[in-house]
Amino acid sequence: MSKAGTTSVAAADPVTAVARLPRRRGIELALIVVAVLLSVYGYCDVGLAKNGSLPPGAAGYGAGLGVLALLAHCAVRLRAPYADPLLLPIGVLLNGLGLVLIYRLDLETPDDRAAPTQLVWSTLGVGFFIVVVLLLRDHRVLQRYAYVCVVAALALLTLPIFFPAVNGARIWIRIAGFSIQPGEFAKVLLAVFFAAYLAANRNALRYTGRRIWRLQLPTGRVLGPIVAIWLLSVGVLVLERDLGTSLLFFGLFVVLLYVATGRTGWIAVGLLLAALGAVAVGWLEPHVHSRVEDWLHPFASIEAGLGANQLAQSLFAFAAGGLLGTGLGLGHSVLIGFAAKSDFILATAGEELGLAGLSAIFLLYGLLVERGYRAGLMLRDPFGRLLAVGLASIVSLQVFVIAGGVTGLIPLTGMAMPFLAQGGSSVVTNWAIVALLVRVSDSARRQYDGQVAP
Amino acid sequence: MTRHIRLAAVFCALLLVALLANAARIQVFQAGPYDDNPANRRQNIARYGQPRGDILADGARLTGSEDTGEQLRYERTYAHGPMYAPVTGFASQVYGTTLLEHAEDDVLSGTDPMLSPFPLWNDFTRSQNAGGDVVTTIEPAAQKAAYTGLGGRKGAVAAIEPATGRILALVSTPSYDPALLSGNGPAVKRSWERLNGDPDKPMLNRAVRQTYPPGSTFKVVTAAAALDAGVLKNLDEPTDSPDPYTLPGTTTSLTNEADGCRDASLREAFVWSCNTVFAKLGVRVGVADMARTAQAMGFNDTEVKIPFSVAPSTFDTSVDRAQLALSSIGQYNTRATPLQMAMVAAAVANGGQVRSPYLVERTTRAGGATVATAGSRPMRHMMHPSTAVRMKELMADVVTEGTGRHAAIRGATVGGKTGTAQHGVDNSGMPYAWFVSWAQRDGDMQPKVAVAVVVEDASARRGEISGGGDAAPIARAVMREVLNS
Repeated sequence: MSKAGTTSVAAADPVTAVARLPRRRGIELALIVVAVLLSVYGYCDVGLAKNGSLPPGAAGYGAGLGVLALLAHCAVRLRAPYADPLLLPIGVLLNGLGLVLIYRLDLETPDDRAAPTQLVWSTLGVGFFIVVVLLLRDHRVLQRYAYVCVVAALALLTLPIFFPAVNGARIWIRIAGFSIQPGEFAKVLLAVFFAAYLAANRNALRYTGRRIWRLQLPTGRVLGPIVAIWLLSVGVLVLERDLGTSLLFFGLFVVLLYVATGRTGWIAVGLLLAALGAVAVGWLEPHVHSRVEDWLHPFASIEAGLGANQLAQSLFAFAAGGLLGTGLGLGHSVLIGFAAKSDFILATAGEELGLAGLSAIFLLYGLLVERGYRAGLMLRDPFGRLLAVGLASIVSLQVFVIAGGVTGLIPLTGMAMPFLAQGGSSVVTNWAIVALLVRVSDSARRQYDGQVAP
Repeated sequence: MTRHIRLAAVFCALLLVALLANAARIQVFQAGPYDDNPANRRQNIARYGQPRGDILADGARLTGSEDTGEQLRYERTYAHGPMYAPVTGFASQVYGTTLLEHAEDDVLSGTDPMLSPFPLWNDFTRSQNAGGDVVTTIEPAAQKAAYTGLGGRKGAVAAIEPATGRILALVSTPSYDPALLSGNGPAVKRSWERLNGDPDKPMLNRAVRQTYPPGSTFKVVTAAAALDAGVLKNLDEPTDSPDPYTLPGTTTSLTNEADGCRDASLREAFVWSCNTVFAKLGVRVGVADMARTAQAMGFNDTEVKIPFSVAPSTFDTSVDRAQLALSSIGQYNTRATPLQMAMVAAAVANGGQVRSPYLVERTTRAGGATVATAGSRPMRHMMHPSTAVRMKELMADVVTEGTGRHAAIRGATVGGKTGTAQHGVDNSGMPYAWFVSWAQRDGDMQPKVAVAVVVEDASARRGEISGGGDAAPIARAVMREVLNS
């Protein structure tokens, strides 16, 4: 689509290039309708498969989701008319599918219903999306608040230390019956800070400093604050035992540093730091060590006569799905037990929708990331570019870490599958990411002249 | 910067490809081993997700399925648990299946491909067949008579229809309620441990899985072997037998419980169960001919299935003359299941040949359409027809004037043979009381039932009479029910 725009603009007048890209709001609306209908269909399918009748709230659920999506669409139409038309529908579809999967698992655990809460959080998330799209007129405003962002992020990361640990991890705070995971919000704030800081200092990072062998190291004055903040955030996370998020921050840091400076040396330094960190954490934290053992030998507990562990149950669920899946409502992913609705939600998708459905979900995430990167490529200002790349990379890394974990590709670290998993903070954060991507893609496409920025 | 964004995008694309490839690996290429992993409960959930097919006898359901609403949804129930346990076995969610529940599991659980309406139908629809039913040959009245006849005593009864090999009754006591093992809770575990630890072994199917020294009932085999081999021509000629009889090559002398066995005829010796006569007769027949007749009747056959396997009855073929003498009166290494001895009686009743015994009349779909029938079971030629005629005469005499008078039924001809088998070190154990018999209603062309009864802890004192006293009334009750049906 943008490619078509590129050629027509270039052919018309390559020098002045005043013609703008089409807005594509109609396409966005059509895709949103499809996404809502797909979600409602999934909701009905679960009810038909489990009880042989349409679930009672189907119409209300569909109407609710539809109204929310339409409001978001109107906000985009009003304040971000050039935004990429795929971002919002992908968010709606993934969020809707997540609600269907959680509702489906609720039927197996009648005493522990998560879907209503998740619906409330989704509403809040979409509301937050609308607020961001309406109020944030230009993403460059955020650049001014880089240090506010990092202070807020560190405060959010530190907060749960003062609350009791839940399931071994100190990452939740409980307020009025809702549990909030402040670290989730910190992701976006850190991305903003990294983008702003690197955009401001990237030349210093690129060209100054000592050269050791073939590595060009920046001066301590430039690098100092960023490494300190990174160490601090990772340290807090290790204290809170939330290794997935720590891994995510680290990956985000390395990707942005590489994109900002273009120094492959950063990748080498990053990998070295990662290796050191992994060894240190594996040595200090017995539960990380056991995660690696589980990954290498997922069936060790079965051979020891203790039954299948969560990862083995997850693998069984994926295997049971096969190519086409058992159909919504007809699988037994509830055997995974604890965290079936959050960290292991993908196993339900894999079992009931099969490899076909799972691949579709992966491709949806891939498309979301790709749209983010595309906005980054089209933008001119370094901050915007880094922000777009950073936000897209968060989604990409987070999907890889948790999906790779539950499918046995990498050691399992607890983390929420974006939009799909049960977890309010995660849903709100993901809507914030989509809102920011909508904002930067609007800027990118509004000013786009057919030429990729230097 | 642009180039680096592109490279970072390529990195993200690689992550996506890795996820997709790994998903294909676990969902398609390695799915088989995961699906079959014993710790994966999905196959069990599917297995117990629908009611199990039922086992029937004469139109009545012996089993049922109860919806527990648990993860493994349907549990087995039994209408007359202990009475039919030696037929049905158990179907436990924890401990697997036994006997008919095991042998016909494919039909009962619905996995037998014969149950599907069309070939490959289930592969297309991804549905599961409803469990099929198994119709047994059991005659409920006979089964009940056998079970109540044994009462609290330890023992077993096997009854078959001589003309067809249909098993009419199969009882073992003490028994157990298989419903105790159906589910998966802690109570099931406790029941399992209690039943396995019980010294009376209630889960042992004594009718087919336990062998006993057949004692004097084996004299039917010895007599038939002697007649088949031509060692004796006439039932009433003296046999030139001493009393007591010194076992060949030893100084051990064998005596009788009964009097008048010296030089008795085969008829007298059979009617009064003379050990000396039959020990000597076995030696005269020789190992080869004794073994031939015994094996024709099913001894030493390890392959008997009804459809669950039957413990092989044994007749030792590598014996010296003294051991052969003891083997010929059902001692030494000779051992037989009650079902085997019912086969021996059936051979006499049916002119020397009997079809292999079987327990399953037919299997059907849930709707009642027949899937498979027992068909024609292979015929075993056990003795010469003329021998069978003479053996019938001898066995009838036992009931009319010998040791088996307790088995007589008004309006029918009954033939039988008592036995008391000694066992244990120096024969110190309580003897086993045996009775094998057949019954032919007056006016019928042929006997309708052959039965073998063994009572382990015979209450009477050691003596020939106990076979007649303890076991014969049970056999009589079973035979009368079959004749009246």
